[in-house]
Amino acid sequence: MNKTMPTEISLEALVAGDRAEFARLVDAYSSPIYRLGLRMLGDPQDAEDVLQNTFLSVLTHISEFEGRSSLATWLYRIAANEALMLLRRKKPEVNLDDVEAADEAEDLLPTQFVDWSALPEDELLSGEGQRILDGAIATLPESMRLVFLLRDVEGLSIRETAEALNLTETNVKTRLLRARLFLRERLSTYYGGHMSHEE
Amino acid sequence: MTEHAHTDCEKMLGFLSEYIDGGLNPELCQEIEKHLAGCENCRVVLNTTKRTIDLVHAPVEKPDLPEDVRARLFKRLNLDDYLKPK
Ligand SMILES: [Zn+2]
Repeated sequence: MNKTMPTEISLEALVAGDRAEFARLVDAYSSPIYRLGLRMLGDPQDAEDVLQNTFLSVLTHISEFEGRSSLATWLYRIAANEALMLLRRKKPEVNLDDVEAADEAEDLLPTQFVDWSALPEDELLSGEGQRILDGAIATLPESMRLVFLLRDVEGLSIRETAEALNLTETNVKTRLLRARLFLRERLSTYYGGHMSHEE
Repeated sequence: MTEHAHTDCEKMLGFLSEYIDGGLNPELCQEIEKHLAGCENCRVVLNTTKRTIDLVHAPVEKPDLPEDVRARLFKRLNLDDYLKPK
């Protein structure tokens, strides 16, 4: 997890109310938390609300942090909750606990079998390619998207993702697999067409 | 399509994520690799899924927090004193 934790944050100092240390914590985690909010809500103002509410909640609850998970996992847990609360308020129609749907294997089955994996990096990461990827992530069902963002974008482990989202590791694995296959299918549709176009 | 049972592909698919992340036991890995050797579709799915994950990890667009968002956050948290540029 050191990827997002550039310097060690002192929990003792935080609990003691050390404001400089709290400022360091905010700077260490505000970018990933803002990104998470942006990807979950799709709106900068909402992402900013998630960000502010997360750290306000951290301030209130830091003394209750028991250290059973890492500080980072705990932060992501709060941020994910804030994002979900806002999502429920903004889009009450969204089903966030579609575990049953997530366990149905049928729509797992790939339909695109063009191997675009050898396309050059600069083509895949072009503005257009990035737009396709971002668009595909944005259309992931919310319950899968959150798992995918924590695991594959922010780099938490399966266990940390499960802790942050209050899911079982099996649930996390199932949703992650589905998310990855969903994105693969979207990219394959795009690059498959792309490749046959160039022939 | 190849002639092996379709259920093998579905089984392979179920383990795809863990296979990519390297969390499977050796026997299962072997079984999967044996299947992959004889199934082009599954090889494509594996390659393109790996590539999809690579693209997500590519450090292209990881924008930092916008400065104005950071300023409002620090203000909201009463951390104005610490709002020096990073
Ligand atoms: Zn197969």
